[in-house]
Amino acid sequence: MFPPVRNPSTQSAAPKFGEKDLIRRSASTITPPAQRQTEVAKLIDVSKCIGCKACQTACLEWNQLHEEVGVNVGVYDNPHDLTPASWTLMRYTEYENPASGNLEWLIRKDGCMHCEDPGCLKACPSPGAIVQYSNGIVDFVKENCIGCGYCVKGCPFNIPRISKADHKAYKCTLCSDRVAVGQGPACQKACPTQAIVFGTKDEMKQWADKRITDLKSRGFDKAGLYDPPGVGGTHVMYVLHHADKPHIYAGLADNPKISPLVEAWKGVGKYAGMAVIGLTAAAGLIHHMLQGANRVSEEDEESADKLAGGKP
Amino acid sequence: MSNHDDGGAHIRVRRYSGSARINHWIVAISFVLLLLSGLSLFHPSLYFLSALFGGGATVRWLHPWIGVVLVVGFLGLFVRFFWQNLPEFTDFVWLARIRHVLTADDHYLPEIGKYNAGQKFVFWSQAVLVTTLFVTGVGLWEPGLAYFEKMLGFKATIDQLRLAAVLHASAAVLAIAIWIIHVYAAIWVRGTISAMTRGTVSGGWGWRHHRKWLRKEVDKGEIERERLTAAE
Repeated sequence: MFPPVRNPSTQSAAPKFGEKDLIRRSASTITPPAQRQTEVAKLIDVSKCIGCKACQTACLEWNQLHEEVGVNVGVYDNPHDLTPASWTLMRYTEYENPASGNLEWLIRKDGCMHCEDPGCLKACPSPGAIVQYSNGIVDFVKENCIGCGYCVKGCPFNIPRISKADHKAYKCTLCSDRVAVGQGPACQKACPTQAIVFGTKDEMKQWADKRITDLKSRGFDKAGLYDPPGVGGTHVMYVLHHADKPHIYAGLADNPKISPLVEAWKGVGKYAGMAVIGLTAAAGLIHHMLQGANRVSEEDEESADKLAGGKP
Repeated sequence: MSNHDDGGAHIRVRRYSGSARINHWIVAISFVLLLLSGLSLFHPSLYFLSALFGGGATVRWLHPWIGVVLVVGFLGLFVRFFWQNLPEFTDFVWLARIRHVLTADDHYLPEIGKYNAGQKFVFWSQAVLVTTLFVTGVGLWEPGLAYFEKMLGFKATIDQLRLAAVLHASAAVLAIAIWIIHVYAAIWVRGTISAMTRGTVSGGWGWRHHRKWLRKEVDKGEIERERLTAAE
């Protein structure tokens, strides 16, 4: 058993991280702090999940979210997708393993992966609406969010959702408010099987290794850690029994990375666009300086008068 | 625009009706508002422009609606000016001699109808770009997209929306560049702006820049003799 995060003391304590620990801030240039905090991570061991949805409930409760009562369409997923009020969601897949002939019930807790290279933050046009702390947590700052939905396009995992009520973007915060006072995320606290564990990223990788060794000894020879390098690694990682094909877990991206379209739009596009506009304006100015005004001469006026003179 | 018409009595020729001018200025004002609000979300260094509209959240919902105004307005201009913007042989001659256009050596240029090839280029390229901006803009407009998805019965994928974002930004940059050319040409060629303010141009302006058009107007007898008084 992984040693659980201890309960906090009853004494009030200063938050462990804040503004001074930002390493990225949307639509802003900032100087990251010299000293980076220890990176944290949540490890979701899919092989240990029993699909009880305690994590979903804990998330709703801690974050004071109110999901609408849904409709049963014959699947276990409830609600049917992530929503502005459901920041995490158990996704259930019935997988027929062609090698063993077994029916496997794959249950993946979906939610923000807290990428080291966050696409949402890169796409965001509003200064400070998305921030990344040096411990790896990517957080949305509600006051600065303008509800444009660019983060939805930037995210390689299709996570953020825009509220129709207040037009703000929402997603998992990795319980940044709990982590700031030395607690683990609410979902981790509620998990009855330690399918969710929380600690430093190094601890989580070491713990995952043990789990993977165990899974391999049980015949899951493709078991592995999901910490996709395409986004610089993530601060929410999975232990998968079939790490060679993440897509069988309700469409988990095999090789997620920020879309080249988003990179073009937010990278070279911004500078190229400004250059095209600036150069066109400069061309006009230079042309006018060299050429002077194109004036109608008195002869032009007289020629026109003469042309019209023939008519009554 | 008053540089040349202080010489006394010259003819003036009507170029745009009152409704065409109102239509033009609706499009012009909405274009400038779209430019300012759009640029504020295009580059972080221009985000301060959103303050003109009351902040980024207002820009997010206002920009698309101004876009709708522009699209409707532009459609009006398109219908009005479509026939006069069809390409003709003279346009190729004009384009081949673009060097003389830029140096204002008008005597090397053919007689031009209501629009020269440059003006036609502005007309057609903006028609294409406004269409592109509208279609891709809907993709970036949450309630608008929901409306069209329901009406047309499809669901846009995130990759399509990413493409829409790239195309929207690219088309906007081109539209702004062409708008700069349009505004610059109107300033450089003195006497042009009165066509869109008073609705008329001087006969000399028509003779110099659109002689074929001037001849037609004279043939129709649609000229006014103007006695410039102090009030003008």
